[in-house]
Amino acid sequence: MERVTATTAPAEPSAAGPRRPVPRMPGAGTRRFAAAGTFVLLGVADIALFGLTARSGDAIFALSLPGAGVQLPAVHVAAAAACFVLGGISVAAGLARGLARLSGRLNRLVIATALVCFLLALLCWSDAANPAGPLNVIGLLQGTLTAAIPLVLGALAGLMGERAGVINIAIEGQLIFGAFAAAAVASAVGVLWFGLIAGSLAGGLLGALLATFAIKYRVDQIVLGVVLNLIAAGLTTYLFNRVMAPYSNTFNSGNFFGTDKIPGLGDIPVIGPIFFDSNVFLYLTYFMIIVVQVALFHSRWGLRVRAVGEHPAAAETVGIKVLWTRYRNVILGGMVAGIGGASLTIGSVGQFQPGMSSGFGYIALAAMIFGRWRPIGAVAAALLFGFSKQLGYVLQLLNVPIDSQVLAMAPYVATIIAVAGLVGKVRAPAADGKPYVKT
Amino acid sequence: MSESPPVARAAGSSPRRSGLTGSTVVQAITQGSPAVITILAMFAATVIGGLLIVTSDPVVLRAWDSFGYAPVAALSATWTSVSAAYSAMFEGSVFNPATVGAAFHGGSTAAIFYPLSLTVYEATPLILTGLAVAIPFRAGLFNIGATSQFIGGAMVAVWLGFAVTLPPVIHVAICVIGGAAGGAAAGWVVGELKARTGAHEVIVTIMLNYVLADLLFYLLNHHGMLQQPHQSNQVAPPVAANAALPHVGGPSPQASAGFLIAVAAAAGVGWLLSRSTVGFQFRTVGANPNAAKNAGMNVERVWVLVMLIAGALAGLAAATVVLAGGSPPPPLTTTTAGNIGFDGITVALLGRARPAGVVLAGLLFGALDAGGTYMNAATAVPTDLVPVLEGLIVLFVAAPPLIRAVFRLRDTADTGLEAAGKGWNG
Repeated sequence: MERVTATTAPAEPSAAGPRRPVPRMPGAGTRRFAAAGTFVLLGVADIALFGLTARSGDAIFALSLPGAGVQLPAVHVAAAAACFVLGGISVAAGLARGLARLSGRLNRLVIATALVCFLLALLCWSDAANPAGPLNVIGLLQGTLTAAIPLVLGALAGLMGERAGVINIAIEGQLIFGAFAAAAVASAVGVLWFGLIAGSLAGGLLGALLATFAIKYRVDQIVLGVVLNLIAAGLTTYLFNRVMAPYSNTFNSGNFFGTDKIPGLGDIPVIGPIFFDSNVFLYLTYFMIIVVQVALFHSRWGLRVRAVGEHPAAAETVGIKVLWTRYRNVILGGMVAGIGGASLTIGSVGQFQPGMSSGFGYIALAAMIFGRWRPIGAVAAALLFGFSKQLGYVLQLLNVPIDSQVLAMAPYVATIIAVAGLVGKVRAPAADGKPYVKT
Repeated sequence: MSESPPVARAAGSSPRRSGLTGSTVVQAITQGSPAVITILAMFAATVIGGLLIVTSDPVVLRAWDSFGYAPVAALSATWTSVSAAYSAMFEGSVFNPATVGAAFHGGSTAAIFYPLSLTVYEATPLILTGLAVAIPFRAGLFNIGATSQFIGGAMVAVWLGFAVTLPPVIHVAICVIGGAAGGAAAGWVVGELKARTGAHEVIVTIMLNYVLADLLFYLLNHHGMLQQPHQSNQVAPPVAANAALPHVGGPSPQASAGFLIAVAAAAGVGWLLSRSTVGFQFRTVGANPNAAKNAGMNVERVWVLVMLIAGALAGLAAATVVLAGGSPPPPLTTTTAGNIGFDGITVALLGRARPAGVVLAGLLFGALDAGGTYMNAATAVPTDLVPVLEGLIVLFVAAPPLIRAVFRLRDTADTGLEAAGKGWNG
């Protein structure tokens, strides 16, 4: 074994050239059959686990919120039959995967099909003739978007820094700082918008700290991020116990933004309540996604940023200010994450609680890597995560006989499976995490 | 000024043996050797922490309101506030003068060493999880998942501790090994997924932290699994007397044989990294995976092995915690793991991913934790000051140029305290 790798390895760099994650690896065959087997098993599970055990009756999916102006008729599905059909599709997809060599795109389609089938079968099974009432699809998707807001903004913050070559693990700290400052200022001043600005500035402050230590003092950026998170969590908890909690009327009164329905768009059935009937943070998030995506990939500004992140020396020679670009991007990113933090307090519950960012920053980091350092990919990952989280709550409300801890585990397991099965090896910007020294 | 650096450098490179003479000491101080930088970093963190204590103390703030006509009172209130907090921290972690007086008046002599034993008790899991982060660091992997590996080890160790009946020494040994195996399993998943599918270890470890935490809650919430009988809370039953780690002395929770395990593990890791073939492969893969591959090393196998060993160390940390014995605190609850994975990261960073450094860093943070608890009881300063202090120390230690600038030390070539930034691509 050792000898074989020793003889084949030296030949590899010339043969492979720029390495790409192609599936034509030794063991690709076994992997193909393992994947195919998994999908067939998923299909069998749809049939046996859900189809055969579902209560006889219809699964009812409501398409409008209670009290909405336009009430759409709910969708009735014969649960058991639906599970059988979905299972059949999944088995067919698995067989296709096993018997034919599929291209990468088709491959991903197959995986997605099997997973979606499993999910729909789960929904049909859990809602079949459920006395707890119909499953409200709108509520589920609305909750998904709300849950994804801090993750999306955190991931955008991360990739703004990393595209310029600075690793930002301090997203968690920026979120909690933003949440703290937003709650404190909004409460003390009494104007929510000031809270939003303060949250953004607090995130930017931590971003500036990160930038200074990473760029000026060239501290290892992973070290730096972890340490800043520790300091931010400790500091906010310390100040909460010492100042905020004793004077909570002044500093933690708990105001938050109400929902603002967008006129016109918000009245469209189904789409309206999901996308255009929320508070200002959701709209800000849309705005940020578009701005970051366009700026990074469709503007001269973004080309320069990416050049700095991939090859700073080359960027410098054509006159781009490398260090300045990095400072600016990390600080701007911190401000975006600060808004995400603010959404946790003045965007939803109002009051600050120590540790309320509860690892969202790390999940945002995972979403960013998952999305291969692209805004759209990160948004998809954040939505996946938000959806599975929200699904857990909804299923609990439906009294589904699955233990709540198992449901709570689902988003994380789903992410691991998705990362291992769908995403595979990712490649960060080439200069990511490497301090730049002018030569 | 412009002439002094060459002179100093010439003195440093002269062939005469540089023992601990006066000039070398002066040189170490003026140029900032790693030890000096670390001490100055601790000092700087202490000063900032002091500012934090003072500015959030209502008594002090009120005294400063009347600074105009009672400046002495304001200054003395400030000094009292800071010194009370920090001396309480020292008394809780190292030495409390009051215990000596008590010992003379018929009190227990062991009480003199009680603060130190608390420090050692707190340091034990920190050292082991610090090692669990340090080894992957050396191999170019970032283990954010020490928490999950800790929980994996804790579940196995505690189950073996209460559900199995075995003779004295064998039982505790089996439990410790079981803990290591449980942690190793959680670590192995990460390494195996990375080796087989390329899944990034940062994502997988983050997610596994949550998965294992939920799994632990599930098991602690069900009778017949890990929940104590006749209990509705999520607590595990106490481990059998045979399964408890022997105490080094005094009442629990105190230093147990766990600390010896931690030190032995550090020594073992030191040997592994610097003397063994496997350790050489770890370091080579960490330095440059492509070069390692070209030299015929199996990089994927190294990843799996590294995470396996890291997990085992975190599992050992869990074993020392849940097998510490003592009846009042239940051995394992949903909060036992707490923030251990991230504490392990900071310990590994402060110890510069070297085993000896990790032991020292673990002892320092153990002392801060033990002292912080005592400080909170004595002066009502929240214990959350401790993570801030810890973070500041690591931050300053990691940035020698900053410390040099603040304390006006002479600038020299890098002392090696800055870790080389490597980034995600390894």
